[in-house]
Amino acid sequence: MVIVKLENVGLRYGVGPEVLRDVSLSLEEGAFHFLTGPSGAGKSSLLKLMYLANRPTRGLISLFGHDIATTSRKKLPALRREVGVVFQEFRLLDHLSTFDNVALPMRVADVHEKDVRKHVAELLAWVGLKDHMNAKPTTLSGGQQQRVALARAVITRPRLLLADEPTGNVDDKLAVRLLHLLEELNKLGTTIVMATHNEGLVRQFGHPRICIENGRVEQMGPLRPARGGGVRMEGKIS
Amino acid sequence: MSFLSFNHHKDLPLDSDPSSRFLPWLIAFMVYLAALSVVATSLMQSVSSRWERGVSDTLTVQIPPARSVQQDQSQIAGALKVLRANPAVVLAEPMPKTSVLALLEPWLGKADVLADMPLPHLIDVSVRSSVKLDADQLVQDLNKVAPGATVDDHRIWLDRLIQMSQTLKWGAYIVLGLICIASIGTIYFVTKTGLAIHHDVIEVLHLIGAQDSYIARQFGENALHLGLRGGLLGLAVAGPTFGGFAYLYRSVDSALLPQIDITLVQWIVVLSLPLCAALMGYVTARFAVLNSLKKMV
Repeated sequence: MVIVKLENVGLRYGVGPEVLRDVSLSLEEGAFHFLTGPSGAGKSSLLKLMYLANRPTRGLISLFGHDIATTSRKKLPALRREVGVVFQEFRLLDHLSTFDNVALPMRVADVHEKDVRKHVAELLAWVGLKDHMNAKPTTLSGGQQQRVALARAVITRPRLLLADEPTGNVDDKLAVRLLHLLEELNKLGTTIVMATHNEGLVRQFGHPRICIENGRVEQMGPLRPARGGGVRMEGKIS
Repeated sequence: MSFLSFNHHKDLPLDSDPSSRFLPWLIAFMVYLAALSVVATSLMQSVSSRWERGVSDTLTVQIPPARSVQQDQSQIAGALKVLRANPAVVLAEPMPKTSVLALLEPWLGKADVLADMPLPHLIDVSVRSSVKLDADQLVQDLNKVAPGATVDDHRIWLDRLIQMSQTLKWGAYIVLGLICIASIGTIYFVTKTGLAIHHDVIEVLHLIGAQDSYIARQFGENALHLGLRGGLLGLAVAGPTFGGFAYLYRSVDSALLPQIDITLVQWIVVLSLPLCAALMGYVTARFAVLNSLKKMV
């Protein structure tokens, strides 16, 4: 089943130039893609379209089979709850504890408080933050914040997880650990798109790529470590 | 009503906003003024209805003194006969001279010489409000038996007093309305400021799937608490003010100021002002948030 489908999508902010041009792509359920491209190429803009923070200036976006242009505003929150997002700067709420930050999507979805307590405690234990439940995000390290952000994004078991350069502020060791966590989620059925600059990770984990440059997008095969240290392109997949 | 359960989580740090500190004081002031307006309106209502009740069914016939006592008696008897024959008149009784002297006492004192002065004779008349009294015809009939007799039906000055009290009452209503508008406007703009301050948090909540009503509820509940707190404070200050006014009122010795009764309904209206302020805060804040969030994708 196609989870996300973009057809000839264009996006511009105000009267500025188009940051995304004629983007067409589709993501199958259970897929794992890296979103790569140079800074300013439009990776975050593409993700914002997918997590419904922006509307395209032209073209069609379909999420879980719903045409976003014709879906009423009242029904969008239900679609957003199917999408987990790890924001670029994590965007944790500093006035809330780690526990409350992770519990937020469940409370927004009006889940019973007893279930909230059970699931959040389990998830925080899974990401290794069991002892930091009551800590405020400002007292946590970059790696811990990253895991809180990931836990918040996956607490409701979303069908689609979008991560906007979640490894940007952490060292390689933590980045690899995060990728392993994402792969575990992927195995459980969550479709994942992760924007990254880290070519080493892309090469090491070998998932298909969505390459973006000058606002244009191409879906590519995995980037595998080439013998002799080079990079070999596996070619387009669509 | 789920918003009254007060066990929701507060994802927005609205308690720490500067507006959370000054809004209760502002609401307190508004409730204080509103309480004064409501009580003033009630007083005006009470005063005018008492005046109306007190004199609307009575009139006074005044007969100028004649040259002899016999002529006086004859004129009074003739006037009483005319009055008692009128279908609108229930009772007509001459006022004793001692009562007339007592009426004049505040102005002329207690001198014995007053008793020898040629004072007009007064007849107290009670009329049926259900039967229309033709005052002009009555004067004409009275003048046939007692030349120079006049009828004071109190209506003219009573109408003026009632008109004045009605004007004051409507003035108090207008003040009350202005207080409501000012309060709603203040809460609306305070909420808009809160939305701007917490824009980032609201955006995160929005993007993780919060309905507009989820965010609006938090602003609404915050305004409800602040409104209730401010309202109770305003009412607490209004209480001693009413006490002070009541003391001053009682100390004024004037026949013009009747006894004032504030009814149970009026007390309930005054005591419910904090609740009204709280509900007004909830509804206004909720409306402001829902109206603003409509602009988000």
